[in-house]
Amino acid sequence: MSNEVIIKDAVKRYGDFTALNGVSLNIKEGEFFTLLGPSGCGKTTLLRMIAGFNSIEAGDFYFGDKRINDVPAHKRDIGMVFQNYAIFPHLTVKENVAYGLKARKVGKKEMEERVAEALKLVQIEHLADRKPNELSGGQQQRVALARAFVIEPSVLLMDEPLSNLDAKLRVQMRTVIKKLQRRLGITTIYVTHDQEEALAISDRIAVMKDGNIMQIGTPNEIYAKPQNPFVAGFIGVSNFLDCDVQGGKVTIQGEMTIEIPVKKEFTGKGKLSARPEQLFFSETGMPGKVLFSTFLGDFIEYEVELDNGQSLIVNEYTKDTAAVHEDGKRVFLNFDPNRISLYIAETGEVLSK
Amino acid sequence: MKQRLGQKWRPDFWFFVRFMVIASMCLFIVYPFYTILTKSIFSDKVEGVTLYNFVRFFTKEYYYQPLIRSIVVCSTTVLTSLLIGVPIAYVLTRYNVPGKTLVHILIIMSLMSPPFIGAYSWIILAGRQGIVTKLITSLGLPAPTIYGKGGIIFVFTLHLFPYIYLYTSGAMNSIDASLEEAAENLGMSKLKRIWTVTLPVVLPSILAGCVMVFMTCLADFGTPMLMGEGYVVLPVLVYNEYMSESATNPYMASALSVIIVSCSLLVLMFQKLVIDKRNYMMSSLRPPQETKLHGWKRFLVSLPIYIVVFLAFLPQIVVICQSFIERSFSGMVKGINLNNYRFISAKLATNIKNTYVFSLIAIVFIIFVGILVSYVLVRKKGKVANIIDTLIMFPYVIPGSVLGIGLIIAFNRKPMILVGTSAIMIISYVIRKLPYTVRSGTAFLYQMDPFVEEASINLGVSPLKTFFTVTARMMLPGVMSGAVLSWITCINELSSSIMLYSGKTSTIAIAIYQEVTHMNDGPASALATILTVTTIISLLIVFRATKGKVKIV
Repeated sequence: MSNEVIIKDAVKRYGDFTALNGVSLNIKEGEFFTLLGPSGCGKTTLLRMIAGFNSIEAGDFYFGDKRINDVPAHKRDIGMVFQNYAIFPHLTVKENVAYGLKARKVGKKEMEERVAEALKLVQIEHLADRKPNELSGGQQQRVALARAFVIEPSVLLMDEPLSNLDAKLRVQMRTVIKKLQRRLGITTIYVTHDQEEALAISDRIAVMKDGNIMQIGTPNEIYAKPQNPFVAGFIGVSNFLDCDVQGGKVTIQGEMTIEIPVKKEFTGKGKLSARPEQLFFSETGMPGKVLFSTFLGDFIEYEVELDNGQSLIVNEYTKDTAAVHEDGKRVFLNFDPNRISLYIAETGEVLSK
Repeated sequence: MKQRLGQKWRPDFWFFVRFMVIASMCLFIVYPFYTILTKSIFSDKVEGVTLYNFVRFFTKEYYYQPLIRSIVVCSTTVLTSLLIGVPIAYVLTRYNVPGKTLVHILIIMSLMSPPFIGAYSWIILAGRQGIVTKLITSLGLPAPTIYGKGGIIFVFTLHLFPYIYLYTSGAMNSIDASLEEAAENLGMSKLKRIWTVTLPVVLPSILAGCVMVFMTCLADFGTPMLMGEGYVVLPVLVYNEYMSESATNPYMASALSVIIVSCSLLVLMFQKLVIDKRNYMMSSLRPPQETKLHGWKRFLVSLPIYIVVFLAFLPQIVVICQSFIERSFSGMVKGINLNNYRFISAKLATNIKNTYVFSLIAIVFIIFVGILVSYVLVRKKGKVANIIDTLIMFPYVIPGSVLGIGLIIAFNRKPMILVGTSAIMIISYVIRKLPYTVRSGTAFLYQMDPFVEEASINLGVSPLKTFFTVTARMMLPGVMSGAVLSWITCINELSSSIMLYSGKTSTIAIAIYQEVTHMNDGPASALATILTVTTIISLLIVFRATKGKVKIV
């Protein structure tokens, strides 16, 4: 059986509220796939439908070619890591990890070997006989991981597994998780609301909003080519500029006209989105003045007020510049037309190539 | 529960649990009470449906006077308990009273002691033959009588002020210290701070304590029966009306039961409408600091507490001492020995065996059903769970004697003749004492992580097996503290047993009552000692197991 996960038109309703509005996904075997979105976007709902803890109102869920809609949760052969770890408090670390193997009636010798190996992989073999209340958050997280993958599940699900850890440990554990997943090659579906975490850890990301998928792509695609203003605004920081579009010609507030390579012909109101590092100071371009600057070491963040009153965030790397622009200084902002994104203002449809 | 289209609905395990629980509650709670209701509107004096019993109740002094007396006794007890309980709670939570943990434990122990032991001990001490009475009269002074209204209120207060104490100190400990500091910062003097901030904030809890005191007084049968003499209150009237050999009148007894339950319902409604709305939810980030007192100030603050706690705990000491004193029929001391115990182990062994066997069987049921019901209430919410939730707390409203009458009337005819059997005793224990266990079970489940169950299911263990191997296993220590309270109140149960027992199913509590009424102090105190010691040991075990954090209220 191949371990790809295919979801077709998944729907979930709670009363009048639609939590999932016909979501389709195709997750490849061995892939690290992340569901990313703000709270209430349906990502956890979808994950729990895959796990079998939420009923499926409509749609089809497949592992490989096996439809799992009617398979009860305990027979789906899925590993899951919970947000708060959900470690059995009455069992030792070893017993926690062995729990799923016991349910699978694995022989005693094999069980001991696999538990030992799993504990070694997450580097907690020295804690095997401890009770969960004697463990730190990071250690509990490792137990939860070992318990989930020791059963060699066809799919591994993770529901915001790092959100209860402090910032430093979070960065450390996400590397642990990523390396482990590479090594074991388990198809993994990961849920988070943290865009930085998603970019760092995933092979592919599905950005979700209000029960819909806004974009699916690799971290680079999603960051560099956001397919709609929501993704542009949710992933990283984006400056939005109103403009008039006529074919490939874009006029920004009647002052500056540039050529942007477009997918299709369109005439009307548009919306440009530019990352702070995609804007730069220049001799020509949009006139304005520096309002405020923040020195952040490897780069300087400027707040620039354009003459039409709109403020933009501009990042300039310290390695590229000699001096800090003072507050109040008159400047011109410019950008590379090939790298910024252009949308139709009304629909949010992407125009730029 | 929403079911998907095209999928056939199949009853699962939890369907059967809900069905069984509802069915048994209908059979053993709703049906008996229904029979009481229907009996109350009939009479052997009048044909057909009639309000004859109720008219008679409100027109004959013999009937309505006990109601007035019950209300007077209950209200006065609430007041006196407030006067004692609130200051003790304040001082114990805010000042460094020496041995405060022990004081706390002793207060809980006197609350959990068999309710009628207080009455019995105070009769030994201050009754007609009492040591204190003799001492006072030998000094040529008129001794106050312990019988009647004053005595009942005195004993009730010493037994029940712990409710006020426990509710108040619970609330006091959950006030964030910054609240009082804010008042101080705004320029309030200490007394004004207590009056304007602390008291209003803990008031809902204090009122909840008052409701508990009132309801317990209203339902208690043993104390007024032993001490009242001519002063008849409502539960005693019910007993007389139903059990007196001369004129058994189930119709009137039913009508009286309806009236008692109505009183309790009124009080509960008051609680729902007035108190629950004002409950301030507080999460104490920083509980108030203990003020350190020194020297005579510390002594002066602690002494009254020691005196009250001593008086409250005294009955248990008295019965234990009394149990080793052999007396002649005239009450003269014949010696200090174990003859009382020899007597009861020869003559009353059945009662002792019955008490422990019935209570043990009941407690096994209570734990088993308690865990299942708690799980349904917390994790399987819905209409059925709501009905179970309401019905399960019903025994709080129904006094034991009323439930006893209900069970007798309901099960003394075919097809289910249970009256006189051990089964009916055990059933009444389970129904009445289940709420303690359910409450601690639900409290535990609310703070238990639901994802732990999902983790087990996810790892391949079926939901039902997960419930028994993970959830129930984890709940067991949680329900234990409630189960021990159920156990203690089972062994000390009198008010429904006295209605339901037969010669073969008599218990220790019933024997004590009979021995006391026949002036056999020796055996009575030996029996009471057995109950008291069992209670104390059981409580000590819970204190140990929960590290002193047992939740009584």
